[in-house]
Amino acid sequence: MEPSVVFFSGLTASDVWFLTEAAFRTLLISVLSISMGTAIGIFCGWLLYEGKIFATLTLAPILDVFRSVPLIIQLVLFYNMAPILGLNLDPFASGTVILTIYTAALVANVARGGFEAVGLPIRRAARSLGMTYFQDLRYVVLPIGGRAVFPAWIGVALGVMKDSALVSVLGYVELLKASQILITRTQQPFVVLAIAGAFYFALSYPVSRYAAKLEKRWAQ
Amino acid sequence: MIEIRDLHKYFGDLHVLKGIDLDVQKGEVLSIIGASGSGKSTLLYCINALEPIQKGRVVVDGTDVHAKGTDINRLRQKLGMVFQQWNSFPHLTALENVALAPRIVKGKPKAEARDIASEQLRRVGLSDKINVYPSALSGGQQQRLAIARALAMEPEYMLFDEATSALDPELVGEVLDTMRLLAEEGMTMICVTHEMGFARDVSDRIAYFHQGVMEEIGPPQQLFGNPHSENTRKFLAKVR
Ligand SMILES: Nc1ncnc2c1ncn2[C@@H]1O[C@H](COP(=O)(O)OP(=O)(O)O)[C@@H](O)[C@H]1O
Ligand SMILES: [Mg+2]
Repeated sequence: MEPSVVFFSGLTASDVWFLTEAAFRTLLISVLSISMGTAIGIFCGWLLYEGKIFATLTLAPILDVFRSVPLIIQLVLFYNMAPILGLNLDPFASGTVILTIYTAALVANVARGGFEAVGLPIRRAARSLGMTYFQDLRYVVLPIGGRAVFPAWIGVALGVMKDSALVSVLGYVELLKASQILITRTQQPFVVLAIAGAFYFALSYPVSRYAAKLEKRWAQ
Repeated sequence: MIEIRDLHKYFGDLHVLKGIDLDVQKGEVLSIIGASGSGKSTLLYCINALEPIQKGRVVVDGTDVHAKGTDINRLRQKLGMVFQQWNSFPHLTALENVALAPRIVKGKPKAEARDIASEQLRRVGLSDKINVYPSALSGGQQQRLAIARALAMEPEYMLFDEATSALDPELVGEVLDTMRLLAEEGMTMICVTHEMGFARDVSDRIAYFHQGVMEEIGPPQQLFGNPHSENTRKFLAKVR
């Protein structure tokens, strides 16, 4: 092996590329889980808001389980139980499923708060104009409630992005797993972890900046 | 015309409307007065089915409002409503507030909806606030915005539920003026109000509500000058 460029002792350009690829996998599994989880979470939040008793008795406890059991336990359990259920899922698929459910469980509560943030009077005003129930949801409740809970949702999304590191225990080579592999080989934990940390920062910083900008625009 | 027959409304065990019979003719302005809790708001909500009823009928231009097969979203288009608390959509500019329902409910093209909206905003004197968000409007302006928003659906009836009660005194006049203007244009209106001067000047008839019952109804000069009911007399003595 003849590394062309040596950054620090033992860390090559291809190692950095290796981390970059891993960062893309972190991004991929995060974007997938957050978007699907958000969609499911909003639906669950709507059930909690509208379904009152039924949802409170059935859905709420299930979501509580996913919210309170540590993610790493959920991941390992699901990955090892899936084959018993006849599902043959690779680490990526298993991780995506669990992260999605986990996101949904967190978003459901946020979303319910969003629905509750929109007062009955304003919804009555919308309905009095002839809007259907779903037009009211789409054009009034979603934008108003969505903006009210947007910061909380951003918090969930960035949290899930960081938590996606836990999928490494299943062997999926995202940022953390890639770092571990490199550390074992190069024995340069500080350098490698610093680079990995910088990648995480680079992934979340633009999101929080953009979110802050949006919030500012809405505040006017 | 609006026909209300033996209307009963309960909230649980609470009997809020106890058999209301009332006709409102096309072009008429009816004011409803009465103490707080007498069921005035609830009556308006029953007219456009924001609240279900337990007995009786409400018929608007021949359509039974509370019947199963009634397309209530269509019917509400002809029953504009303005509430006590201004309910502007905070995420939309004044123009968008007014243009939204014509666009999504009536399916008007965007440009046409905007034209309708700016015309209605002009009508209520908000032409210079078209691109302003509600948070930058005073209560009186928001209430006029609410009127414009309702008018944009080209309703045949307007229901006002104490449209000025939540306003600072100095802002009441501009909203009442807008309502007067509508009345002069021949709009059919039912106005729940505490503004006795407005009721007297503008109304064809005034109804007095007392504990879920319509105690008395008549032209302003009769109701104010020579009320038949003792309760009406007491109420008027208190508010004047
Ligand atoms: N959603 C509701 N649930 C239970 N009670 C209600 C509700 N809305 C109104 N009421 C009651 O119905 C009565 C009439 O209320 P309302 O029509 O608002 O009176 P008004 O508009 O004349 O002040 C009051 O006793 C009020 O507390
Ligand atoms: Mg009231």
